[in-house]
Amino acid sequence: MNAGQTALLAQREFHPFEAGGETFVYLVPSAAVFHLDDPSRAVLQALDQGPTDEHGLVASLEGPFGASAVRSSIAELTRVQAIGPATAPKDVVPRVLPQAGFPLTTMVLNVTNKCNLACTYCYEYGEDKIVDTTCDTAPAYMSEETARQSVDFMFDQSGPLPMAHLTFFGGETLLNFKVLKKTLAYARERATALGKELDVSLTTNATLLREEVIEWLADNDVGVTISIDGPKETQDKFRVFKNGMGTYEYVLPKIKQLLERHRSRPIGARVTLTRQTLDATRIFHHLRNEVGFWEVGFAPVTTADGRGYAIEDTGFDQMLGQFEELAQEFLEYAVEDRHHGFSNVRDTLEEIHKGVSKAFPCGAGLGLMGVATDGDVALCHRFAGSDDHSVGSVQHGLDRQRQFEFLGKHHVANKTDCNSCWARPLCAGGCYHEAHVRYGDTGKANLHYCDWIRSWTDTCLKVYGEIAVRNPAFLKKFEA
Amino acid sequence: MEHLRAINQKADRVRAYTEAPSTEIDALDVEALESRPPDPAGPHIPLGCSLVFAPGWEVDSSGGTAGLCQPVERDLFDCHLACFWPAQVPDQLNHAPDWTGKCAAAQKDWRKIDLVFP
Repeated sequence: MNAGQTALLAQREFHPFEAGGETFVYLVPSAAVFHLDDPSRAVLQALDQGPTDEHGLVASLEGPFGASAVRSSIAELTRVQAIGPATAPKDVVPRVLPQAGFPLTTMVLNVTNKCNLACTYCYEYGEDKIVDTTCDTAPAYMSEETARQSVDFMFDQSGPLPMAHLTFFGGETLLNFKVLKKTLAYARERATALGKELDVSLTTNATLLREEVIEWLADNDVGVTISIDGPKETQDKFRVFKNGMGTYEYVLPKIKQLLERHRSRPIGARVTLTRQTLDATRIFHHLRNEVGFWEVGFAPVTTADGRGYAIEDTGFDQMLGQFEELAQEFLEYAVEDRHHGFSNVRDTLEEIHKGVSKAFPCGAGLGLMGVATDGDVALCHRFAGSDDHSVGSVQHGLDRQRQFEFLGKHHVANKTDCNSCWARPLCAGGCYHEAHVRYGDTGKANLHYCDWIRSWTDTCLKVYGEIAVRNPAFLKKFEA
Repeated sequence: MEHLRAINQKADRVRAYTEAPSTEIDALDVEALESRPPDPAGPHIPLGCSLVFAPGWEVDSSGGTAGLCQPVERDLFDCHLACFWPAQVPDQLNHAPDWTGKCAAAQKDWRKIDLVFP
């Protein structure tokens, strides 16, 4: 029966890429990046044609490289599982769930669900909202007491970790400035008592950056992210006051004041891209160079299919083209050891360098949780207040059972479509909230942007490879 | 390693792992319903393969009964791929190379394996 059991070798799962004139492989699922020399590259390429046995490979390649180099290349490629016996079954994604009591690293506190703007595409108030924020019983503003309970909950859940990250979010976060101030003071006090470090940040639309607020942010070393969509023509398209008036002229002087005063932490801009505001390169250069943000990050708008601002196929291509342009810029900066500020590429390069291979697309429900104004704990800030996505409350603790049901259901091993995709170590199916809005199911893979993710990951791998060739020392920055 | 150079941190760990003495590597293989240590010298024999104990199905190849009943999709892959058993499947080398293209994991996706018409 096993007469046919010859030692046929075949390619296993990987994504090859060329960068800086060299050849690399990104191995799946390990997420290891290896550089290939000529014989090992030739072996992999020879197997493009289909399974071959070792003798065949040596016979066809010994001319240029010598038999022993071919044999040792085969051995090394086999050891890292870039190639393997043709009959070996495909790797099954191991469905390993995190251990009970997995510590919380980041808590996002939705201190209010109210906002002073009326951005058309808003996931909290727009057409795709998941919580009825107008008739909901949850308070519009988080009380001081709930915020304090949340801080206790955060430290309690952070387990043995030496550091806790607290992020204030909204609504418009600064509408509840009074509670922010008291909560931060309380959190610092608790951190000192517990001997832990505390990192605090917030996200705001910048409309309420009064002098008092700016002083407080700077004095307390609070990391700030500003939601802004770019220069006037793009910012004012969707980011408007309730009377429809654009916000650009209003927020710009406040942002400049903040950037000038608050120097202890890098301040980032977070841009939502829509069909009408897709000019990423222009937006980036405006925010980075003309306004002076340290970093600019982009995310396509989260939306159900067919909304007026939804990005369509050609829009994704356009966005990819611009991201690639910015990534090339980033590369040139990196080669000269300069800071560029395109955070999408920076974040991906860091994950590539560490070799992250994700079982879950993000930390939601795992190391990160969002707290609603009434103290309900949700998967992340985007689900805060949704009863369907609650995993407990700060008053009564985590519902471990629900948390583990959630993690069990959302493991990448359950996403059939992802099992054959080489980009899964980095993507793992994408944002739960996006999937919920798009398909009504947090457990679905975001199939509408697969091609985009693969192209973007390929671009980032090439940038990574080229940095590895031209300025490998730069990559050490990602090891912190 | 001489031909492959570890570039990222994970590659470095993979390299260290592959260079560790084999006694330290947990090389347990999982087959069918049971797991058992692999026999490096022997051939790959799926549990429950009827040729192991002709006439067949009283015991499985490990001498127990746990592996006797195999799901049909396992026959598809293990009998005709690993054992070259002439299962009635399309010719995947010449005729229908993508026959199981949509079947990423047999246990879940076997319904996606379609008919092939000549």
